[in-house]
Amino acid sequence: MEESITQSSYWLVSGRVLFLFLHLVGLICFAYIVAKRLAPLIQAERDPRWDKPLVRLSNVARYWLCQWRHPRYLGAGVIHLLIFAGFLILVSRAATILALGVSDRFAAPLLTGRAGQMYAITQAYAATVVFLCVVIAAIRRIVFRPARYQSPAGQPKSRSVDAIFLLALIGILMLADALFEATSAGHPAPALSLAWLFENALAAAPLPLLHNLRLGTYLVHEFTFFFLLCYRPFGIQFHVETSLFTIYFAKLDRSVLKPVRWGISDENLDQLPSLGVKKFEDFTWKHILDFYSCADCGRCSDQCPAKAAGRVLSPKLLTTKARDYSFRHYPVLGKPEPAQALVGTVYSEEEIWSCTTCGACEAECPLLVEYIDKIVDLRRGLVDDGKAPQSLHKPLKAMESRGNPFGKPEKKRADWTQGSVPLLNGADAKDTLYFVDSITSYDDRIQSIGRATARILGKLRMNFGILGAKERDSGHDVRRFGEETLFLALRDHNTEAIQASGVRRIVTADPHAYNALKHDYRDMPPVEHTTQVMARAVRTGQLRLNPVENGVFTYHDPCYLGRHNGIYEDPRDVLDSIPGLRRVEMKRCKDRSFCCGGGGLALFYEAKEEQRMGVMRVRMAAEAGAGTIVTACPYCMVNIEDAIKVAGLEGQMTAIDLTELVDRQMTS
Amino acid sequence: MEILVCAKRVPDTSENEIQLDASGKDIEHDDLVYSVNESDNYAVEEALQIVARTGGSVTVVTVGGEEDEEILRREMAMGAGRAVLISDPAFSGSDGRGIAAILQAFVQAGHYDLILTGVQADDGCAQVGGMLAAMLDYPFASLVTSIEVLQGGELKIGREVEGGSKELNAIELPCVLSIQTGINEPRYVGMRGIRQVASVAIPTLGASDLKVDAGECAAKVRRLDYFVPPAGKGAEMLDGSREEVVDKLFNLLKAKGGLN
Repeated sequence: MEESITQSSYWLVSGRVLFLFLHLVGLICFAYIVAKRLAPLIQAERDPRWDKPLVRLSNVARYWLCQWRHPRYLGAGVIHLLIFAGFLILVSRAATILALGVSDRFAAPLLTGRAGQMYAITQAYAATVVFLCVVIAAIRRIVFRPARYQSPAGQPKSRSVDAIFLLALIGILMLADALFEATSAGHPAPALSLAWLFENALAAAPLPLLHNLRLGTYLVHEFTFFFLLCYRPFGIQFHVETSLFTIYFAKLDRSVLKPVRWGISDENLDQLPSLGVKKFEDFTWKHILDFYSCADCGRCSDQCPAKAAGRVLSPKLLTTKARDYSFRHYPVLGKPEPAQALVGTVYSEEEIWSCTTCGACEAECPLLVEYIDKIVDLRRGLVDDGKAPQSLHKPLKAMESRGNPFGKPEKKRADWTQGSVPLLNGADAKDTLYFVDSITSYDDRIQSIGRATARILGKLRMNFGILGAKERDSGHDVRRFGEETLFLALRDHNTEAIQASGVRRIVTADPHAYNALKHDYRDMPPVEHTTQVMARAVRTGQLRLNPVENGVFTYHDPCYLGRHNGIYEDPRDVLDSIPGLRRVEMKRCKDRSFCCGGGGLALFYEAKEEQRMGVMRVRMAAEAGAGTIVTACPYCMVNIEDAIKVAGLEGQMTAIDLTELVDRQMTS
Repeated sequence: MEILVCAKRVPDTSENEIQLDASGKDIEHDDLVYSVNESDNYAVEEALQIVARTGGSVTVVTVGGEEDEEILRREMAMGAGRAVLISDPAFSGSDGRGIAAILQAFVQAGHYDLILTGVQADDGCAQVGGMLAAMLDYPFASLVTSIEVLQGGELKIGREVEGGSKELNAIELPCVLSIQTGINEPRYVGMRGIRQVASVAIPTLGASDLKVDAGECAAKVRRLDYFVPPAGKGAEMLDGSREEVVDKLFNLLKAKGGLN
């Protein structure tokens, strides 16, 4: 029987006393650090996330336990999955090893017989796999250096070093674990495991050496374990502890925007002294937890179209800059940095306005970190302080006085119909409202989408009409640009007009209006986008489309139809029902679709960028071999048609809205 | 510093399609939307920024009717501490000189170190600032694009000069300045801000309060006609390849002095 750790002596101190002391010091340090990290969460805004435990648990099973989104980046994803699985397997192993230092009761394995043996074998391999993965991860970081890990100019360069240091600590922990196993009496380690390698290397070593090696390894394990435990909350590996909670408390309904303040009704917003996020504590506790949980993997920024176009925005930095500030503002030791306005110090105004709220970052984040709500909350804070971008003042004021961003008279809102669409006036009850929204009502080019929509709805024998002068802008992007009060005024006006019209359902061809009516408005009849209506008609055979002669088509997923509402297949089904139509997919499609440049007020925002998102998108279509980009959003149309000209692809590439294409191909 | 800003409510040119009324001497006022005159808004922002730096207060005044209160509230939502509406049936139809006379009476009833106006109202003649200064016997500078407060009751002001040059001047307080757009970036005023000052009382002063003579304020200039000038020669289309078009455009701009 070998001498137990507790009874061994370390420089005249018994192992039990030493490790009881070290364990306690380690745990107290960890508890203190975590308490310090929790402090801002307690100061933060409320955010009720205690509902629907079953849904939340299923999210945990999917995104935490099964690491659902990791393989979207195959190499890194698989490595992470293996390290994560290894950690789960090794949790009990780590606990047993720690217990060995203070009690002999754990000297014998908890599981005996065959099960125990299997478990030991699994653990030995788990440690080996984790070690190998950590080595590969370190090589990736040191040699291959994927761009998404790099810190941009002006940001601390230490993060990558930190990541490698943390990987090294895990590696040391795995080596110590294996060496401890190899120097302990018991079953021989399974072949090719790290412990097996050590066992073979030490086969000829004398017993006293093995004993001392075992005691030394235990000490190394002890220090590494507790150092790692206490060091993680200072950097990117805090997610080991926080990710479970971040995913459990993750936002369930992504298409619904966070209210200005939880528990304050829309009517009472005027009484609030301040709106939106201005200082750090204006974030909700969950948003601060997001900052802690970010692992700096950079997938968000890798997908972000604003970043790709060279705007100053990078979603990763949005998180890490807030985290760095939080660590300075709520330090574990030392004097806290005084509170300051976030925008102007931590963030720039331009950064906050550069986002198109396309949602690519959120669709990618393996930890379900939220970005759009934070951006909108920061914008609300800026608007409340009068800091809306100058180029948005006129469209916002026009929305207020005219109900559209162009400042056109209300009475001309229905001019596009050329009298062909009935106006809903309540007297002659119609079944369906076609909600047109501003850009389709007033923009010369986009009005064509309105007329195509009207002809399609007519062809499908829908009993429909429009609100005409009574319609106001849906306010979708007014809200997303942080002007909540104006949004509420537009929403209330439209709600009243829609309810007075007595319709039983709403159809729109504008995904932004669709998203607003469906998620931002209340007490609305069911809302459908034209793609859904057309897809149903195609499936039932009510709508038959004429063949197209030639040409290669690609479908561009509008953000507010695809990512925000999950409508990916309906438009593709409509396209595929057209005989002879050859459809190709762009590299970035469906939930990885690349934003055209943004809709609503984004059209008026003058971003500083190296190139236009739309131009990048058009090039992607050309790369896929398409000659026609089909989209289903008026703003995508504006941006893409402009981009075709800017990219110099006129004559080679055209853009068409799905309604326009269907209208063209409808059999009479 | 006590600052007075004179503002005016005008039909918003970016949000209206201006049409002549039946008389042909005025525009159709139904269905127009109004806002605060753009350069007046810059003047209020400048006043707020000066007060934020040096202390003091900002008062906004307008001459008009009840409906003009909306711009006063907007400017209060922006941050002006006080607003005054000057309204009297005797003032209706007044011209630039009349308005200046009314404002002169108002200024003399109070105490202001600095008076700002917009450079010109969208529907006006750029007269009031200069006339007001003359009537008050205050120094005046127009087209001001920067203001710096110096010691000893002086301002250093920048002025835009035709052709893109700028000049700097010292001017003694009290004075009148007409503010050019672009001097600053006016803050955004949302509906929430306006609603928050909705119940703040705005004092209204009439001819008797200001002790001005109605005859002095009456218009001395009569409008004879109001019309949209006929469109001039059509646009010139540039033909050729993209490079050729760019070259031609470049040369044209250079020839007409658009490029230096």
